[in-house]
Amino acid sequence: MRELINWIADPIRSFPIFTILFFLMLKHYRVVGTKKFAWIAFLLSIPTFFWFAADPNFFLIITTPDNIPISILIILITFLTWFALYQCAVNDARLEQGLTPMEGTPENREKVWTWPNLVYTELFAIIAGTVFLIVWAIIFKAPLEEPANPTWAPNPAKAPWYFLGLQEMLVYFDPWMAGVVLPGVIVVGLIAIPYIDTNPKGNGYYTFMERKMAMTFFLFGWLALWIYLIIVGTFLRGPNWTFYGPFEFWDLHKVVAAYNVNLSEFFWIKGLGRAMPKNLLLRESVGIILSLGYMFGLPPLIARTKWGMSIIEKTGKVRFYILIGLVLLMGSLPIKMFLRWLFSLKYIVALPEWELNL
Amino acid sequence: MSEDVRLQLNRREFFSFLSVAWIAFTAAVGGLLSLAFRFSYPNVNFEPEMEFLAGRTDEYPPGVDERWKNQFGVWMVKMEGRLFALSNICTHLGCIPTWLPAEIKFKCPCHGSGYYMNGVNFEGPAPRPLERYKITLTAEGKIKVDKTKVFRQEKGEWDNPDSYLTV
Repeated sequence: MRELINWIADPIRSFPIFTILFFLMLKHYRVVGTKKFAWIAFLLSIPTFFWFAADPNFFLIITTPDNIPISILIILITFLTWFALYQCAVNDARLEQGLTPMEGTPENREKVWTWPNLVYTELFAIIAGTVFLIVWAIIFKAPLEEPANPTWAPNPAKAPWYFLGLQEMLVYFDPWMAGVVLPGVIVVGLIAIPYIDTNPKGNGYYTFMERKMAMTFFLFGWLALWIYLIIVGTFLRGPNWTFYGPFEFWDLHKVVAAYNVNLSEFFWIKGLGRAMPKNLLLRESVGIILSLGYMFGLPPLIARTKWGMSIIEKTGKVRFYILIGLVLLMGSLPIKMFLRWLFSLKYIVALPEWELNL
Repeated sequence: MSEDVRLQLNRREFFSFLSVAWIAFTAAVGGLLSLAFRFSYPNVNFEPEMEFLAGRTDEYPPGVDERWKNQFGVWMVKMEGRLFALSNICTHLGCIPTWLPAEIKFKCPCHGSGYYMNGVNFEGPAPRPLERYKITLTAEGKIKVDKTKVFRQEKGEWDNPDSYLTV
Protein backbone atom coordinates (compact mmCIF):
# COMPACT_ATOMS: atom_id res chain seq x y z
CA MET A 1 0.00 0.00 0.00
CA ARG A 2 2.80 2.39 0.93
CA GLU A 3 4.67 1.40 -2.18
CA LEU A 4 1.56 2.17 -4.20
CA ILE A 5 1.19 5.63 -2.64
CA ASN A 6 4.87 6.36 -3.27
CA TRP A 7 4.34 5.29 -6.85
CA ILE A 8 1.19 7.39 -7.29
CA ALA A 9 2.75 10.47 -5.67
CA ASP A 10 5.28 10.85 -8.49
CA PRO A 11 4.25 14.05 -10.36
CA ILE A 12 3.89 12.07 -13.61
CA ARG A 13 0.90 10.33 -12.02
CA SER A 14 -0.16 12.65 -9.22
CA PHE A 15 -0.48 15.77 -11.39
CA PRO A 16 -3.00 14.21 -13.81
CA ILE A 17 -4.84 12.63 -10.86
CA PHE A 18 -4.91 15.97 -9.06
CA THR A 19 -6.14 17.72 -12.22
CA ILE A 20 -8.88 15.13 -12.80
CA LEU A 21 -9.98 15.41 -9.17
CA PHE A 22 -9.97 19.19 -9.53
CA PHE A 23 -12.29 19.13 -12.54
CA LEU A 24 -14.49 16.47 -10.92
CA MET A 25 -14.75 18.73 -7.88
CA LEU A 26 -15.85 21.68 -10.03
CA LYS A 27 -18.23 19.54 -12.08
CA HIS A 28 -19.91 18.13 -8.99
CA TYR A 29 -19.54 21.21 -6.83
CA ARG A 30 -23.07 20.79 -5.55
CA VAL A 31 -22.13 17.41 -4.06
CA VAL A 32 -18.78 18.66 -2.74
CA GLY A 33 -20.30 21.86 -1.44
CA THR A 34 -22.52 20.22 1.16
CA LYS A 35 -21.97 19.93 4.88
CA LYS A 36 -22.53 16.19 4.67
CA PHE A 37 -19.68 15.78 2.18
CA ALA A 38 -17.41 17.93 4.33
CA TRP A 39 -18.10 15.89 7.47
CA ILE A 40 -17.56 12.56 5.72
CA ALA A 41 -14.30 13.84 4.19
CA PHE A 42 -13.16 15.23 7.53
CA LEU A 43 -13.94 12.00 9.42
CA LEU A 44 -12.20 9.92 6.76
CA SER A 45 -9.15 12.18 6.74
CA ILE A 46 -8.43 11.71 10.48
CA PRO A 47 -7.65 7.96 10.45
CA THR A 48 -5.90 8.42 7.08
CA PHE A 49 -3.70 11.10 8.59
CA PHE A 50 -2.78 8.95 11.57
CA TRP A 51 -1.99 6.03 9.31
CA PHE A 52 0.26 8.30 7.22
CA ALA A 53 1.92 9.79 10.31
CA ALA A 54 2.67 6.31 11.69
CA ASP A 55 5.36 6.04 9.04
CA PRO A 56 8.66 7.44 10.37
CA ASN A 57 9.75 9.01 7.04
CA PHE A 58 6.45 10.78 6.54
CA PHE A 59 6.39 11.94 10.16
CA LEU A 60 9.90 13.36 9.78
CA ILE A 61 8.89 15.31 6.68
CA ILE A 62 5.76 16.90 8.11
CA THR A 63 7.30 17.78 11.47
CA THR A 64 10.31 19.59 10.01
CA PRO A 65 9.82 23.19 11.27
CA ASP A 66 10.10 24.55 7.73
CA ASN A 67 7.32 22.29 6.52
CA ILE A 68 4.72 23.03 9.18
CA PRO A 69 3.37 26.09 7.28
CA ILE A 70 2.62 23.76 4.35
CA SER A 71 0.65 21.40 6.59
CA ILE A 72 -1.34 24.39 7.87
CA LEU A 73 -1.70 25.63 4.29
CA ILE A 74 -3.13 22.30 3.10
CA ILE A 75 -5.74 22.33 5.87
CA LEU A 76 -6.66 25.99 5.32
CA ILE A 77 -6.82 25.77 1.51
CA THR A 78 -8.94 22.61 1.68
CA PHE A 79 -11.36 24.21 4.10
CA LEU A 80 -11.56 27.56 2.26
CA THR A 81 -12.05 25.90 -1.14
CA TRP A 82 -14.82 23.75 0.30
CA PHE A 83 -16.37 26.78 2.02
CA ALA A 84 -16.45 28.79 -1.21
CA LEU A 85 -18.01 25.85 -3.10
CA TYR A 86 -20.53 25.42 -0.28
CA GLN A 87 -21.58 29.08 -0.53
CA CYS A 88 -21.70 28.76 -4.33
CA ALA A 89 -23.89 25.65 -4.14
CA VAL A 90 -26.31 27.31 -1.71
CA ASN A 91 -26.54 30.50 -3.79
CA ASP A 92 -26.85 28.71 -7.14
CA ALA A 93 -29.72 26.61 -5.78
CA ARG A 94 -31.42 29.81 -4.61
CA LEU A 95 -30.80 31.58 -7.93
CA GLU A 96 -32.36 28.67 -9.82
CA GLN A 97 -35.49 29.04 -7.72
CA GLY A 98 -35.57 32.75 -8.56
CA LEU A 99 -34.56 33.88 -5.06
CA THR A 100 -31.82 36.40 -4.29
CA PRO A 101 -28.47 34.98 -3.17
CA MET A 102 -27.82 34.58 0.56
CA GLU A 103 -25.85 37.81 0.62
CA GLY A 104 -28.86 39.67 -0.79
CA THR A 105 -31.39 38.64 1.86
CA PRO A 106 -32.71 41.51 4.01
CA GLU A 107 -31.00 40.31 7.21
CA ASN A 108 -27.63 40.17 5.39
CA ARG A 109 -28.06 43.58 3.80
CA GLU A 110 -28.17 45.31 7.16
CA LYS A 111 -25.32 47.84 7.34
CA VAL A 112 -23.01 48.52 10.31
CA TRP A 113 -20.38 51.18 10.98
CA THR A 114 -16.74 50.53 10.15
CA TRP A 115 -15.88 52.00 13.52
CA PRO A 116 -16.15 50.22 15.88
CA ASN A 117 -17.43 46.98 14.25
CA LEU A 118 -14.71 46.38 11.66
CA VAL A 119 -11.80 48.16 13.34
CA TYR A 120 -12.28 46.23 16.58
CA THR A 121 -12.33 42.95 14.73
CA GLU A 122 -9.15 43.92 12.90
CA LEU A 123 -7.47 44.95 16.14
CA PHE A 124 -8.17 41.58 17.71
CA ALA A 125 -7.08 39.80 14.56
CA ILE A 126 -3.77 41.69 14.69
CA ILE A 127 -3.25 40.82 18.37
CA ALA A 128 -4.15 37.17 17.84
CA GLY A 129 -1.87 36.96 14.79
CA THR A 130 1.05 38.50 16.69
CA VAL A 131 0.57 36.16 19.65
CA PHE A 132 0.41 33.18 17.28
CA LEU A 133 3.63 34.20 15.53
CA ILE A 134 5.47 34.81 18.83
CA VAL A 135 4.42 31.42 20.22
CA TRP A 136 5.40 29.77 16.95
CA ALA A 137 8.78 31.50 16.93
CA ILE A 138 9.40 30.30 20.51
CA ILE A 139 8.39 26.69 19.84
CA PHE A 140 10.07 26.21 16.44
CA LYS A 141 13.42 27.96 16.48
CA ALA A 142 15.05 29.14 13.30
CA PRO A 143 18.02 26.91 12.55
CA LEU A 144 21.43 28.49 13.20
CA GLU A 145 23.68 27.16 10.49
CA GLU A 146 27.34 27.60 9.67
CA PRO A 147 28.57 30.88 8.10
CA ALA A 148 27.62 31.42 4.49
CA ASN A 149 30.02 29.86 2.04
CA PRO A 150 29.76 30.81 -1.65
CA THR A 151 31.33 27.54 -2.76
CA TRP A 152 28.94 25.22 -0.97
CA ALA A 153 25.18 24.68 -1.09
CA PRO A 154 22.98 22.61 1.24
CA ASN A 155 21.46 19.51 -0.32
CA PRO A 156 18.57 19.87 -1.10
CA ALA A 157 18.72 23.65 -1.32
CA LYS A 158 15.15 24.76 -0.84
CA ALA A 159 13.62 28.19 -1.27
CA PRO A 160 11.27 29.56 1.41
CA TRP A 161 8.01 27.60 1.31
CA TYR A 162 6.06 30.32 -0.53
CA PHE A 163 8.61 30.21 -3.37
CA LEU A 164 8.70 26.42 -3.73
CA GLY A 165 6.11 26.58 -6.49
CA LEU A 166 8.49 28.85 -8.40
CA GLN A 167 11.39 26.52 -7.66
CA GLU A 168 9.38 23.61 -9.09
CA MET A 169 8.68 25.69 -12.18
CA LEU A 170 12.42 26.31 -12.55
CA VAL A 171 12.94 22.57 -12.99
CA TYR A 172 11.07 22.79 -16.28
CA PHE A 173 12.15 26.21 -17.55
CA ASP A 174 15.16 28.39 -18.10
CA PRO A 175 15.72 30.82 -15.17
CA TRP A 176 14.79 33.96 -17.10
CA MET A 177 11.51 32.32 -18.07
CA ALA A 178 10.46 30.76 -14.74
CA GLY A 179 12.21 33.34 -12.60
CA VAL A 180 11.41 36.60 -14.40
CA VAL A 181 8.84 36.31 -17.19
CA LEU A 182 6.32 33.92 -15.65
CA PRO A 183 6.28 35.51 -12.13
CA GLY A 184 5.95 38.91 -13.81
CA VAL A 185 3.06 37.63 -15.93
CA ILE A 186 1.43 36.15 -12.81
CA VAL A 187 1.54 39.52 -11.03
CA VAL A 188 0.48 41.54 -14.09
CA GLY A 189 -2.22 38.99 -14.92
CA LEU A 190 -3.69 39.11 -11.41
CA ILE A 191 -3.73 42.92 -11.59
CA ALA A 192 -5.40 42.73 -15.00
CA ILE A 193 -8.27 40.46 -13.87
CA PRO A 194 -10.70 43.28 -12.96
CA TYR A 195 -10.07 44.96 -16.32
CA ILE A 196 -10.47 41.79 -18.37
CA ASP A 197 -13.40 40.28 -16.47
CA THR A 198 -16.31 42.61 -17.11
CA ASN A 199 -18.94 40.10 -16.06
CA PRO A 200 -21.03 41.97 -13.45
CA LYS A 201 -22.47 38.70 -12.10
CA GLY A 202 -21.04 37.49 -8.85
CA ASN A 203 -20.37 40.98 -7.50
CA GLY A 204 -20.83 40.72 -3.76
CA TYR A 205 -22.05 37.16 -3.67
CA TYR A 206 -20.73 33.63 -4.20
CA THR A 207 -21.77 31.87 -7.37
CA PHE A 208 -20.26 29.25 -9.61
CA MET A 209 -23.03 28.81 -12.16
CA GLU A 210 -22.85 32.41 -13.40
CA ARG A 211 -19.07 32.62 -13.80
CA LYS A 212 -17.89 29.10 -14.52
CA MET A 213 -15.04 30.05 -16.84
CA ALA A 214 -13.49 32.69 -14.60
CA MET A 215 -13.57 30.42 -11.57
CA THR A 216 -12.23 27.39 -13.43
CA PHE A 217 -9.25 29.28 -14.90
CA PHE A 218 -8.40 30.97 -11.65
CA LEU A 219 -8.78 27.92 -9.43
CA PHE A 220 -6.79 25.76 -11.84
CA GLY A 221 -3.89 28.19 -11.76
CA TRP A 222 -4.17 28.60 -8.03
CA LEU A 223 -4.72 25.02 -6.87
CA ALA A 224 -3.10 22.88 -9.56
CA LEU A 225 -0.22 25.10 -10.66
CA TRP A 226 0.66 26.92 -7.45
CA ILE A 227 -0.49 25.03 -4.35
CA TYR A 228 0.17 21.60 -5.84
CA LEU A 229 3.67 22.61 -6.88
CA ILE A 230 4.39 24.02 -3.41
CA ILE A 231 3.28 20.73 -1.86
CA VAL A 232 5.43 18.72 -4.27
CA GLY A 233 8.41 21.01 -3.72
CA THR A 234 8.08 20.80 0.05
CA PHE A 235 7.22 17.20 0.78
CA LEU A 236 8.33 15.24 -2.25
CA ARG A 237 11.65 16.76 -3.28
CA GLY A 238 14.72 15.47 -1.50
CA PRO A 239 18.48 15.57 -1.98
CA ASN A 240 19.64 16.58 -5.47
CA TRP A 241 16.06 17.74 -6.08
CA THR A 242 15.21 14.12 -6.83
CA PHE A 243 11.64 13.02 -6.34
CA TYR A 244 10.92 11.00 -3.20
CA GLY A 245 7.54 9.46 -2.31
CA PRO A 246 5.93 10.47 0.99
CA PHE A 247 7.05 7.23 2.68
CA GLU A 248 10.45 7.05 1.09
CA PHE A 249 13.72 7.50 2.96
CA TRP A 250 15.74 10.46 1.64
CA ASP A 251 18.61 8.37 0.35
CA LEU A 252 21.34 10.65 -0.96
CA HIS A 253 22.33 8.10 -3.55
CA LYS A 254 18.97 7.42 -5.10
CA VAL A 255 19.65 7.31 -8.82
CA VAL A 256 17.00 8.45 -11.24
CA ALA A 257 17.84 8.27 -14.90
CA ALA A 258 16.81 11.64 -16.28
CA TYR A 259 18.54 12.09 -19.59
CA ASN A 260 16.97 15.18 -21.12
CA VAL A 261 17.03 16.04 -24.80
CA ASN A 262 16.23 19.27 -26.63
CA LEU A 263 13.56 19.38 -29.30
CA SER A 264 16.17 20.22 -31.93
CA GLU A 265 18.09 17.03 -31.13
CA PHE A 266 14.85 15.03 -31.36
CA PHE A 267 14.09 16.57 -34.72
CA TRP A 268 17.49 16.49 -36.44
CA ILE A 269 19.22 13.48 -34.91
CA LYS A 270 16.39 11.08 -34.01
CA GLY A 271 13.82 12.26 -36.56
CA LEU A 272 15.85 12.94 -39.69
CA GLY A 273 18.92 10.92 -38.71
CA ARG A 274 21.47 13.60 -39.57
CA ALA A 275 23.80 15.99 -37.77
CA MET A 276 22.55 19.22 -36.27
CA PRO A 277 22.85 22.16 -38.67
CA LYS A 278 25.54 24.70 -37.85
CA ASN A 279 23.19 27.66 -38.29
CA LEU A 280 21.59 28.36 -34.90
CA LEU A 281 18.24 29.60 -36.17
CA LEU A 282 17.93 26.72 -38.63
CA ARG A 283 18.84 24.29 -35.83
CA GLU A 284 16.08 25.61 -33.59
CA SER A 285 13.61 26.42 -36.36
CA VAL A 286 11.12 23.71 -35.34
CA GLY A 287 10.94 24.94 -31.76
CA ILE A 288 10.78 28.59 -32.79
CA ILE A 289 7.93 27.90 -35.22
CA LEU A 290 6.06 25.84 -32.61
CA SER A 291 6.49 28.49 -29.91
CA LEU A 292 5.44 31.37 -32.17
CA GLY A 293 2.52 29.30 -33.42
CA TYR A 294 1.48 28.58 -29.85
CA MET A 295 1.61 32.19 -28.70
CA PHE A 296 0.53 34.01 -31.88
CA GLY A 297 -1.07 31.40 -34.15
CA LEU A 298 -3.44 29.84 -31.64
CA PRO A 299 -5.28 32.99 -30.44
CA PRO A 300 -6.76 33.89 -33.87
CA LEU A 301 -7.81 30.25 -34.29
CA ILE A 302 -9.47 30.26 -30.86
CA ALA A 303 -11.16 33.56 -31.78
CA ARG A 304 -12.93 31.72 -34.63
CA THR A 305 -14.39 29.03 -32.36
CA LYS A 306 -17.85 29.38 -30.87
CA TRP A 307 -16.41 29.96 -27.42
CA GLY A 308 -13.98 32.61 -28.66
CA MET A 309 -16.67 34.44 -30.60
CA SER A 310 -18.98 34.55 -27.61
CA ILE A 311 -16.22 36.07 -25.48
CA ILE A 312 -15.31 38.64 -28.14
CA GLU A 313 -18.97 39.55 -28.36
CA LYS A 314 -19.20 40.04 -24.60
CA THR A 315 -15.91 41.76 -23.83
CA GLY A 316 -14.31 42.95 -27.07
CA LYS A 317 -11.23 41.94 -29.03
CA VAL A 318 -8.50 43.49 -26.88
CA ARG A 319 -9.74 41.85 -23.69
CA PHE A 320 -10.10 38.54 -25.51
CA TYR A 321 -6.54 38.53 -26.81
CA ILE A 322 -5.09 39.54 -23.44
CA LEU A 323 -7.10 36.78 -21.77
CA ILE A 324 -6.01 34.17 -24.29
CA GLY A 325 -2.39 35.29 -24.00
CA LEU A 326 -2.47 34.92 -20.23
CA VAL A 327 -4.25 31.56 -20.39
CA LEU A 328 -1.76 30.23 -22.97
CA LEU A 329 1.18 31.35 -20.85
CA MET A 330 -0.39 29.62 -17.85
CA GLY A 331 -0.99 26.54 -19.98
CA SER A 332 2.67 26.46 -21.03
CA LEU A 333 3.64 25.21 -17.58
CA PRO A 334 1.59 21.96 -17.55
CA ILE A 335 2.45 21.43 -21.24
CA LYS A 336 6.15 21.75 -20.48
CA MET A 337 5.83 19.46 -17.44
CA PHE A 338 4.12 16.75 -19.48
CA LEU A 339 6.65 17.00 -22.30
CA ARG A 340 9.45 16.60 -19.72
CA TRP A 341 7.81 13.60 -18.07
CA LEU A 342 6.74 11.83 -21.23
CA PHE A 343 9.62 12.56 -23.64
CA SER A 344 12.38 13.86 -21.33
CA LEU A 345 12.20 17.03 -23.39
CA LYS A 346 14.48 19.71 -22.03
CA TYR A 347 13.91 22.83 -24.12
CA ILE A 348 11.66 23.50 -27.09
CA VAL A 349 13.95 26.29 -28.20
CA ALA A 350 17.51 25.82 -26.95
CA LEU A 351 19.82 28.71 -27.76
CA PRO A 352 22.36 28.63 -24.92
CA GLU A 353 24.65 30.72 -27.15
CA TRP A 354 22.20 33.58 -26.73
CA GLU A 355 21.08 32.61 -23.20
CA LEU A 356 17.68 32.03 -24.70
CA ASN A 357 15.85 28.79 -23.90
CA LEU A 358 12.15 28.04 -23.91
CA MET B 1 1.53 97.44 20.15
CA SER B 2 5.29 96.98 19.95
CA GLU B 3 5.01 93.43 21.44
CA ASP B 4 2.64 92.41 18.64
CA VAL B 5 5.19 93.45 16.08
CA ARG B 6 7.96 91.46 17.74
CA LEU B 7 5.90 88.28 17.40
CA GLN B 8 6.23 88.43 13.63
CA LEU B 9 9.42 87.96 11.61
CA ASN B 10 10.42 90.52 9.08
CA ARG B 11 11.39 89.41 5.62
CA ARG B 12 15.15 89.35 6.24
CA GLU B 13 14.81 87.28 9.46
CA PHE B 14 12.47 84.84 7.74
CA PHE B 15 14.94 84.16 4.98
CA SER B 16 17.88 83.75 7.35
CA PHE B 17 15.87 81.17 9.32
CA LEU B 18 14.86 79.50 6.09
CA SER B 19 18.43 79.19 4.84
CA VAL B 20 19.63 77.75 8.18
CA ALA B 21 16.79 75.26 8.10
CA TRP B 22 17.51 74.27 4.50
CA ILE B 23 21.22 73.86 5.09
CA ALA B 24 20.53 71.73 8.16
CA PHE B 25 17.98 69.63 6.28
CA THR B 26 20.25 69.14 3.27
CA ALA B 27 23.17 68.22 5.51
CA ALA B 28 21.05 65.68 7.43
CA VAL B 29 19.70 64.08 4.24
CA GLY B 30 23.15 64.11 2.67
CA GLY B 31 24.68 62.47 5.73
CA LEU B 32 21.96 59.83 5.80
CA LEU B 33 22.41 59.08 2.09
CA SER B 34 26.17 58.80 2.42
CA LEU B 35 25.69 56.39 5.34
CA ALA B 36 23.25 54.37 3.27
CA PHE B 37 25.70 54.37 0.39
CA ARG B 38 28.52 53.22 2.67
CA PHE B 39 26.24 50.50 4.07
CA SER B 40 25.74 49.01 0.63
CA TYR B 41 29.43 48.02 0.52
CA PRO B 42 30.52 45.05 2.65
CA ASN B 43 32.85 45.62 5.61
CA VAL B 44 34.82 42.50 4.87
CA ASN B 45 35.23 41.03 1.42
CA PHE B 46 35.44 37.24 1.19
CA GLU B 47 35.71 37.26 -2.59
CA PRO B 48 38.06 34.41 -3.49
CA GLU B 49 41.16 35.19 -5.49
CA MET B 50 40.60 35.12 -9.23
CA GLU B 51 44.02 33.61 -9.88
CA PHE B 52 45.78 30.86 -8.00
CA LEU B 53 48.62 28.38 -8.32
CA ALA B 54 47.37 24.82 -8.19
CA GLY B 55 50.54 22.75 -7.77
CA ARG B 56 51.97 20.36 -10.34
CA THR B 57 50.09 18.30 -12.91
CA ASP B 58 51.37 14.97 -11.53
CA GLU B 59 49.79 15.73 -8.12
CA TYR B 60 46.35 15.07 -9.57
CA PRO B 61 44.99 11.53 -9.86
CA PRO B 62 42.72 10.75 -12.81
CA GLY B 63 39.16 11.90 -12.19
CA VAL B 64 37.71 14.80 -10.25
CA ASP B 65 39.80 16.52 -7.60
CA GLU B 66 37.95 18.64 -5.07
CA ARG B 67 40.87 20.22 -3.18
CA TRP B 68 40.26 23.76 -4.59
CA LYS B 69 36.49 23.58 -4.51
CA ASN B 70 35.86 25.22 -1.14
CA GLN B 71 38.56 27.85 -1.50
CA PHE B 72 38.29 28.86 -5.14
CA GLY B 73 35.19 27.15 -6.50
CA VAL B 74 37.11 25.04 -9.00
CA TRP B 75 37.16 21.31 -9.71
CA MET B 76 40.37 19.99 -11.27
CA VAL B 77 39.41 17.19 -13.65
CA LYS B 78 41.94 14.89 -15.25
CA MET B 79 40.53 12.71 -18.00
CA GLU B 80 41.36 11.58 -21.52
CA GLY B 81 44.87 12.98 -21.37
CA ARG B 82 43.70 16.45 -20.39
CA LEU B 83 43.64 18.40 -17.15
CA PHE B 84 41.16 21.22 -16.92
CA ALA B 85 39.68 23.55 -14.30
CA LEU B 86 35.90 23.22 -14.14
CA SER B 87 33.73 25.96 -12.63
CA ASN B 88 31.45 24.79 -9.81
CA ILE B 89 28.60 27.15 -10.68
CA CYS B 90 25.51 25.53 -12.18
CA THR B 91 24.63 27.08 -15.53
CA HIS B 92 20.94 26.98 -14.71
CA LEU B 93 20.60 29.36 -11.77
CA GLY B 94 24.05 29.53 -10.19
CA CYS B 95 23.75 26.96 -7.39
CA ILE B 96 26.72 24.85 -6.35
CA PRO B 97 26.46 21.25 -7.61
CA THR B 98 27.90 18.34 -5.65
CA TRP B 99 30.31 15.77 -7.07
CA LEU B 100 28.83 12.30 -6.62
CA PRO B 101 31.76 9.86 -7.07
CA ALA B 102 29.52 6.76 -7.01
CA GLU B 103 27.28 8.04 -9.79
CA ILE B 104 30.22 9.70 -11.63
CA LYS B 105 28.33 12.95 -12.10
CA PHE B 106 27.86 16.47 -10.77
CA LYS B 107 24.37 17.00 -9.41
CA CYS B 108 22.85 20.37 -8.51
CA PRO B 109 20.83 20.39 -5.25
CA CYS B 110 18.55 23.26 -6.33
CA HIS B 111 16.74 22.03 -9.44
CA GLY B 112 18.36 18.68 -10.13
CA SER B 113 20.62 19.53 -13.07
CA GLY B 114 23.19 16.82 -13.74
CA TYR B 115 26.58 17.01 -15.49
CA TYR B 116 29.02 14.37 -16.66
CA MET B 117 32.55 14.36 -15.29
CA ASN B 118 33.69 16.49 -18.27
CA GLY B 119 31.10 19.13 -17.35
CA VAL B 120 28.57 18.45 -20.11
CA ASN B 121 24.96 18.75 -18.93
CA PHE B 122 22.71 15.75 -19.52
CA GLU B 123 19.80 15.91 -17.09
CA GLY B 124 17.60 18.48 -15.44
CA PRO B 125 17.05 22.04 -16.64
CA ALA B 126 20.69 23.15 -17.10
CA PRO B 127 20.82 24.74 -20.57
CA ARG B 128 24.58 24.45 -21.20
CA PRO B 129 27.71 22.71 -19.86
CA LEU B 130 29.72 23.94 -16.89
CA GLU B 131 32.29 26.59 -17.75
CA ARG B 132 36.03 25.92 -17.79
CA TYR B 133 38.67 28.36 -16.63
CA LYS B 134 41.92 29.35 -18.24
CA ILE B 135 44.68 26.97 -17.13
CA THR B 136 48.38 27.45 -17.96
CA LEU B 137 51.78 26.30 -16.75
CA THR B 138 54.16 28.81 -15.18
CA ALA B 139 57.89 28.82 -15.95
CA GLU B 140 58.51 26.68 -12.81
CA GLY B 141 56.07 24.05 -14.05
CA LYS B 142 53.27 25.01 -11.65
CA ILE B 143 49.64 25.10 -12.75
CA LYS B 144 48.08 28.56 -12.85
CA VAL B 145 44.29 28.81 -12.96
CA ASP B 146 42.85 32.14 -14.11
CA LYS B 147 39.15 32.48 -13.33
CA THR B 148 38.76 35.77 -15.18
CA LYS B 149 38.82 33.91 -18.51
CA VAL B 150 36.07 31.33 -19.07
CA PHE B 151 35.71 28.83 -21.89
CA ARG B 152 32.22 27.76 -22.93
CA GLN B 153 31.60 24.50 -24.74
CA GLU B 154 28.55 25.67 -26.70
CA LYS B 155 30.73 28.38 -28.24
CA GLY B 156 33.29 25.75 -29.23
CA GLU B 157 35.92 27.12 -26.86
CA TRP B 158 36.90 23.88 -25.14
CA ASP B 159 39.46 23.11 -27.84
CA ASN B 160 41.26 26.35 -27.09
CA PRO B 161 44.77 25.37 -25.90
CA ASP B 162 44.38 27.74 -22.92
CA SER B 163 41.42 25.78 -21.59
CA TYR B 164 43.32 22.56 -20.78
CA LEU B 165 46.74 21.09 -20.10
CA THR B 166 47.91 17.97 -21.86
CA VAL B 167 49.10 15.39 -19.33
